[in-house]
Amino acid sequence: MSDPFVIGGRSLSSRLFIGTGKYSRNTLIPEVVEASGSEVITVALRRVDPNSNDNIISHIPDSMTLLPNTSGARTAEEAVRIARLAKASGLGNWVKIEVINDQKYLLPDNAETIRATEILAAEGFVVLPYMSPDLSAALRMQKAGAAAVMPLGSPIGTNRGLKTLELLRILIAEVELPVIVDAGIGRPSEAAEAMELGAAAVLLNTAIATARDPLLMASAFRDAVAAGRKAYLAGLGPVEETASASSPLTGFLG
Amino acid sequence: MGFYETAHALGHQVNAGMWGQFNKEDVRRSLRKEQLDEHDLQVLLSPAAGDCLEEMARQARSLTRSHFGHVMQLFTPMYLADFCINHCTYCSFSSIYDFPRKKLSPEEVRREAEAIAATGIRHILILTGESRTESPVSYLKECVRILKEFFSSVSIEVNPLSEGEYKELKEAGVDGLTLYQEVYHEETYSKLHVKGPKKIYRNRLDAPERGCRAGFRVVNIGALLGMYDWRQEAFFTAMHARYLQDKYPECEIGLSAPRFRPFLGEYDSGHIVTDRALVQIILAYRLFLPRAGITLSTREPSALRDRLIHLGVTKMSAGVSTEVGGHTQQGGTPQFEISDGRSVHEISEMLKANSLQPVYKDWDMLDAGIY
Repeated sequence: MSDPFVIGGRSLSSRLFIGTGKYSRNTLIPEVVEASGSEVITVALRRVDPNSNDNIISHIPDSMTLLPNTSGARTAEEAVRIARLAKASGLGNWVKIEVINDQKYLLPDNAETIRATEILAAEGFVVLPYMSPDLSAALRMQKAGAAAVMPLGSPIGTNRGLKTLELLRILIAEVELPVIVDAGIGRPSEAAEAMELGAAAVLLNTAIATARDPLLMASAFRDAVAAGRKAYLAGLGPVEETASASSPLTGFLG
Repeated sequence: MGFYETAHALGHQVNAGMWGQFNKEDVRRSLRKEQLDEHDLQVLLSPAAGDCLEEMARQARSLTRSHFGHVMQLFTPMYLADFCINHCTYCSFSSIYDFPRKKLSPEEVRREAEAIAATGIRHILILTGESRTESPVSYLKECVRILKEFFSSVSIEVNPLSEGEYKELKEAGVDGLTLYQEVYHEETYSKLHVKGPKKIYRNRLDAPERGCRAGFRVVNIGALLGMYDWRQEAFFTAMHARYLQDKYPECEIGLSAPRFRPFLGEYDSGHIVTDRALVQIILAYRLFLPRAGITLSTREPSALRDRLIHLGVTKMSAGVSTEVGGHTQQGGTPQFEISDGRSVHEISEMLKANSLQPVYKDWDMLDAGIY
């Protein structure tokens, strides 16, 4: 069945976004890309060194849509500067805004993220803001021109899964933009759960990069995301608290 | 209230006799906790934890890989000047030693920068002896202006400065501050620092906080291990880091665990820090502060460094010379003897052989005026 996923004017067949950090070697990246089937890959601009013999960008297949992120930014202004630098460096006009002021838990600063979204969306960037799942903030990002919102499932790098499930549910119900669950997903089953819930996509890095076999894990996530999406489209059956009686108690009423 | 008052209050509960009160069950209880407090830190530094290093190591490695991945950031120190007006009993740069002192000219700084940048390194730590006359803030700024052409991140390890001076350097392009307290035990500190402004304990203790207030992105602290009881020194170092992390959440707080090394003079503190103790300290730091960067210098021998990379360390120096201009000139006086003399290439190959990715660049200085 046709299930187009269009974001920033680009039609994607995979709803799994992946990252480039934490790998034991950059040469794993193209292999992970292939195993995951992903078409969008995020890269921290702070790690990009055009003068290096081992520039991370050179390991990303040309077919991928690059999603430079503003990792390291503490303020909206820093995020904006990083985004502009990425664009000027030829990395395209997609940007994942990460503004993190909390180095202890690495939780995003929604207020600064909204400001950066306003500025960059007005400049024509396809803006995907990473955020704490707060409805008001998500709606402000939507109004500011974001192409999607990227709420966290749990803090970055924790592999703890969908600790913010109830808030994600509300965002998916209320926000008109695609909701891409980013950060915290550690297991394919959790990616499937996010997709069953109605998330448009998931983004993950640590779960693949730190697996014993990253390629096998990448393909497991590929399958899980596809299965979760199919289940969402199929429409999950209602969950009953009690068993349905085969002979209804009120059957005599006709 | 600064960390001095906090440390003073903590000092009432920390003494040499307290470490024996913990047992292995206390250690396991602490290891099962999600958030460790100061009591857990004491437990992890106790002799009882010394018998549980393998369990601690497994957890520390898992935390490190989860938060930092399979990567290791590399950097190199660059010694700009060795003029010093202090007399510290453990350092070759002490004013009592008579050797030809040096200070790099702008041209020499450029040559050093070219030589270091050719190795691929993009993060640099500049160091000086403590002399406001020979290496004033204006000199540092001039050097930073040159270094910015070659490196994406410049940090400083110089004498404690005022908040305003730190701000000036931040404006000039410095993004990180490293400042070791050397010794947290105040009485011992006073004995080791015989003469000079470094004798003012509190001026040094408060300097990392001034750096946080000035807006440095990264502030790295540490105790020079081997000067006093290592359990107490490690405890106060980690509590200092936690204090800064809590008060300045926007600043990345890092830790180092440098051990005392041979230098021009002789000094025996009577406080030996064994390899086993060093491992316990690094593990305790990682478990207590899961997201803090932990730096491992070339003070440690290569064989030990090759093992410690799996136990919580996230940053390593490589291709190191502790002499002024040591990357392009011969004949300087090293601040101390290094143990691991491997080149950046050799360290990178070692990391790769251990399934870790050497990272040469992990930040870009952002000039507000450019974009």
